[in-house]
Amino acid sequence: MRTDVHKINEQTPHQELTEGLMMFAGGTSKYFCTGEWRTNTPIFHADLCKQCLLCAPVCPDVSIPVKDGKRADFDYDHCKGCGICAKVCPFGAIEMKEGR
Amino acid sequence: MARKDRMSGNEAVAFAIRQVNPDVMPAFPITPSTEIPQMVSTYIANGEMDTEFIPVESEHSSMSAAIGAEAAGARSLTATSSAGLALMWEELLLAASNRMPLALTLVNRTLSGPININCDHSDGMGARDTGWIQIYAENNQEAYDNFIQAYPIAEHEGVHLPIMICQDGFITSHAVENIELLEDETVKAFVGEYEPEEYLLNPGKPIAVGPYSVTNYAMEAKKNQEIALENAKDVILEVAEKFEKISGRKYGLFEEYRTEDADYIMLLIGSAAGTAKQAVDDLRKKGKKVGVIKLRVFRPFPAKELAEALKNCKAVAIMDRCESYNGNGGPLGSEVTAGLFRNKVMIEAVNYIYGLAGRDFTVEDVYDIFAELEDAIVNGKEVEQYQYVGLRK
Repeated sequence: MRTDVHKINEQTPHQELTEGLMMFAGGTSKYFCTGEWRTNTPIFHADLCKQCLLCAPVCPDVSIPVKDGKRADFDYDHCKGCGICAKVCPFGAIEMKEGR
Repeated sequence: MARKDRMSGNEAVAFAIRQVNPDVMPAFPITPSTEIPQMVSTYIANGEMDTEFIPVESEHSSMSAAIGAEAAGARSLTATSSAGLALMWEELLLAASNRMPLALTLVNRTLSGPININCDHSDGMGARDTGWIQIYAENNQEAYDNFIQAYPIAEHEGVHLPIMICQDGFITSHAVENIELLEDETVKAFVGEYEPEEYLLNPGKPIAVGPYSVTNYAMEAKKNQEIALENAKDVILEVAEKFEKISGRKYGLFEEYRTEDADYIMLLIGSAAGTAKQAVDDLRKKGKKVGVIKLRVFRPFPAKELAEALKNCKAVAIMDRCESYNGNGGPLGSEVTAGLFRNKVMIEAVNYIYGLAGRDFTVEDVYDIFAELEDAIVNGKEVEQYQYVGLRK
């Protein structure tokens, strides 16, 4: 029953799908680019950012990558543009723009 | 080997559960199925089995917990009746679409309203399109035997679907009758241990169960589920054959009683089959060519097999212990007539609604129905095609 789910796509015939659409792998949600749904986009102004990191934990889609205690630019493959980060930023370092 | 005893239907199923000793049983009490979890928890308290019993706060939770346990890798089950099954509705569909081979012992009771606690099949029939396998029993013996066959059917690799083992509320669940029980070791050997290939609590082999499916996948998944239900038909027969070897009792998709040369057949589900068989014996003594078909497996629905079994009779009385409010008949009536039509068997087929909410169904009722069928065929009398039995007018 265990199949390589990475070989399954939207052209796969029904006989080759997994039972109950079970996923035989971990962390597969990263392959689902929910960023396609975005209608508003956060823009990161690195010059205004104090690296307080209030934004990263409130992101519902884990789309603010943090490395060595510093945030980097947005992961636009998964950011849905909800704007929570922009609301929480005390320094105006995140600006919401209309569109993708 | 086998042991003779006397038990109610609930006792019989609880006894079978003890013998199978599944891993997890979440349950919430509701009349008339309450005794089943009650008896199972007594067995557990007495150290006669080691199932993990979870007292939950509702049937919505009992089915959710049963699905969760099954996905985790446990063999799970629950019991319910009537409104309890209705409250499970959302999860019933998930159990099937997530391909969880768990069991539910349903003690059939009418759905409200008017509020009533007695037997009819409106609960089970209400869940007929949820993707579950449904097997109905005539008496305590069949309820016991069907439960022992439940997991080997549900867990079969070509099936992997949940299974509902149904018996009539009070009439079967609370009436004490003779029963022949199998030895514990025989049952354990027959059912075996549950060894799922994929499950959540399996370190190093991560899986996700029930993920969101976009439109491009959902239709294919539903077709696969439908194929699994079709596969269940052969598996049910294979398991029945193996069961006959350990018990001497024979089961099929339905039972045919004195139908070989019958001109008139009554087709029904559950405990009323005993009444119908008695009436058939009486009428046979008077030279009437009558018989009974008792449907055991309602899902998957054996439309082709029923059409084949009915094709040589002149008229069939299709008995529904359930109103389906479609203005055209009961669920069994609708499905059997559709099956007859598709298989081009054009016989007189009258749909009777009987025994709702515990209303008695007697041998006299059966005599009257056979007389009406005969009148239609012999004298050409026009018969109301969808009617109530024993209704005060």
